[in-house]
Amino acid sequence: MSDLTALTASALAQSLASGELSSVDITQAHLDRIDATDATLGSFLARSGNAVEMAQASDARRKAGRALSELDGIPIAIKDVLCTSDMVTTAGSRILEGWLPPYDATVVRKLRDAGCVPLGKTNMDEFAMGSSTEHSGYQVTRNPWDTSRAPGGSGGGSAAAVAARQAPLAIGSDTGGSIRQPAAFTGTVGVKPTYGGVSRYGVIALASSLDQVGPVSRTVRDSALLHDLIGGYDPHDSTSIPTPWVSMTTAADQGAKAEDLSGVTIGVVQQLVGEGIAPGVKQRFDEALELMAGHGAEIVEVDAPHCEYAVAAYYLILPAEASSNLAKFDSVRFGLRVTPEGHPTVEDVMSATRDRGFGDEVKRRIILGTYALSAGYYDAYYGSAQKVRTLIQRDFAAAFERVDVLVSPSAPTTAFPLGEKLDDPLSMWAGDLTTIPVNLAGIPGMSLPMGLDPDEGLPVGLQLMAPAYEDARLYTVGATLERLFSERDGYLVSERTPEVS
Amino acid sequence: MSEMTPDAVRHLAGLARIALSEAEITKLAGELGAIVSAVETVQRVAGDDVPPTSHPIPLGNVFRADEVGDTLTTEQALAGAPDHDGSRFRVSAILGDEQ
Repeated sequence: MSDLTALTASALAQSLASGELSSVDITQAHLDRIDATDATLGSFLARSGNAVEMAQASDARRKAGRALSELDGIPIAIKDVLCTSDMVTTAGSRILEGWLPPYDATVVRKLRDAGCVPLGKTNMDEFAMGSSTEHSGYQVTRNPWDTSRAPGGSGGGSAAAVAARQAPLAIGSDTGGSIRQPAAFTGTVGVKPTYGGVSRYGVIALASSLDQVGPVSRTVRDSALLHDLIGGYDPHDSTSIPTPWVSMTTAADQGAKAEDLSGVTIGVVQQLVGEGIAPGVKQRFDEALELMAGHGAEIVEVDAPHCEYAVAAYYLILPAEASSNLAKFDSVRFGLRVTPEGHPTVEDVMSATRDRGFGDEVKRRIILGTYALSAGYYDAYYGSAQKVRTLIQRDFAAAFERVDVLVSPSAPTTAFPLGEKLDDPLSMWAGDLTTIPVNLAGIPGMSLPMGLDPDEGLPVGLQLMAPAYEDARLYTVGATLERLFSERDGYLVSERTPEVS
Repeated sequence: MSEMTPDAVRHLAGLARIALSEAEITKLAGELGAIVSAVETVQRVAGDDVPPTSHPIPLGNVFRADEVGDTLTTEQALAGAPDHDGSRFRVSAILGDEQ
């Protein structure tokens, strides 16, 4: 029954509704798949101990006519940055090794309330700092398309799990591209919702003005289903937006049915398609623009001149906020404690703990953030970066007066080999240039596959961007594009993921 | 290229409460010099007339009624602590011998 894992969440939900499949069938198939492939891939840091029991309970509910939601009984993988009261939560850091949170993140609670079956916690760069998942304190995650390559990051575990059919759905988090770049690298779909669209309560914070939780899947519609489930106002998160949201699933269905892209104006951000974009990525992007234009879309060039400074601004704002957020890892309330010899003070214990518990990238960013926030430098660095942020927002606002959605490649390259950028932080960071402006502006962004690159056959991602609050537009246009790509190519990229053993 | 001396890194590590080894300090001093040079381009972009943005979606402060909500029990709050006495977190001395 292992081919069950090839089905989308939408198809699985339909089979559950019709009684053709049980949640136990589906859950067991994915657990078997994880057993068979995770020694190679390393997607999971922790596995649920009671997934089958939860699936049995789901089947019993459905039999009694009391299914909790359309996704009741559907398995899901959860990025290890979200607190789960029944699975160890580490955010990929040794400083939280073995930590069992006393509560569930709101998103996790919503998944449980809907009857979803959590399969496990997925690997990530430590505290989501990284673009390859190689900065995990625990293990390497390999890209199912080529196991010598990185799955992207920080959410490489969630993306690899969904690409390799270990789970039909996953939860990710995106501070500077951590959902969208791994989606691009693994041929999957990932969405960063509007800032504040999804609760962050119980999500271990990296940079509070940038972090957002979102769906990971193999199709646009599956992301929409999950987005509808996890989105919405949460009184526990004071940055959560109290706006009511339209159904993303309805938006995706409308897009899938749309004849073509007539009436849609698509802007190409000139600053995100020039220097640094690999030729194979550029080629597929240009072909995608041709396809859009050939199906009725109006394509216009737009300028967002301050995107040139987005990476620099981001790598001041993020470390500054992270250095504050990570101060909580102080050896007192949770996690590791390292006590030096002699008569150490609490400060000595804290400092020894943080040296042992944090990895290199985390230390690098904490020290950089501490510098950016220190007296005498605050205005020059953090203050200037926040002004750049204003200018980037204005660039986007001006662009969205002319266009419905903006597009760019999701990432400048395809998946790079493991180890290639590990010793060159600036080169690793430069790879975030296409995704970072979206976080700085707080707008929603989606990555969906737009083909395989001509040289190595690796997936290439297209990024769609919409104005704040207009997440539904991503799903409508994304679903139309997904259908057009699949009609053009004869397959969905995710259906071509190589077999992993 | 910006200068980042080992002494500066040592000072920052102290502020950040990370007991970096000398090897880490030396390595970070080199890396941070290059990084600071790369990010300080932000200083050239915006004039005084541009207001800073702290959050992408403008939000006011959020208040709630002053009532007991769903809070952790003492036991739950202490469950993940490296050391506690049943009702409080336990830490080593706040002041050193010389204080």
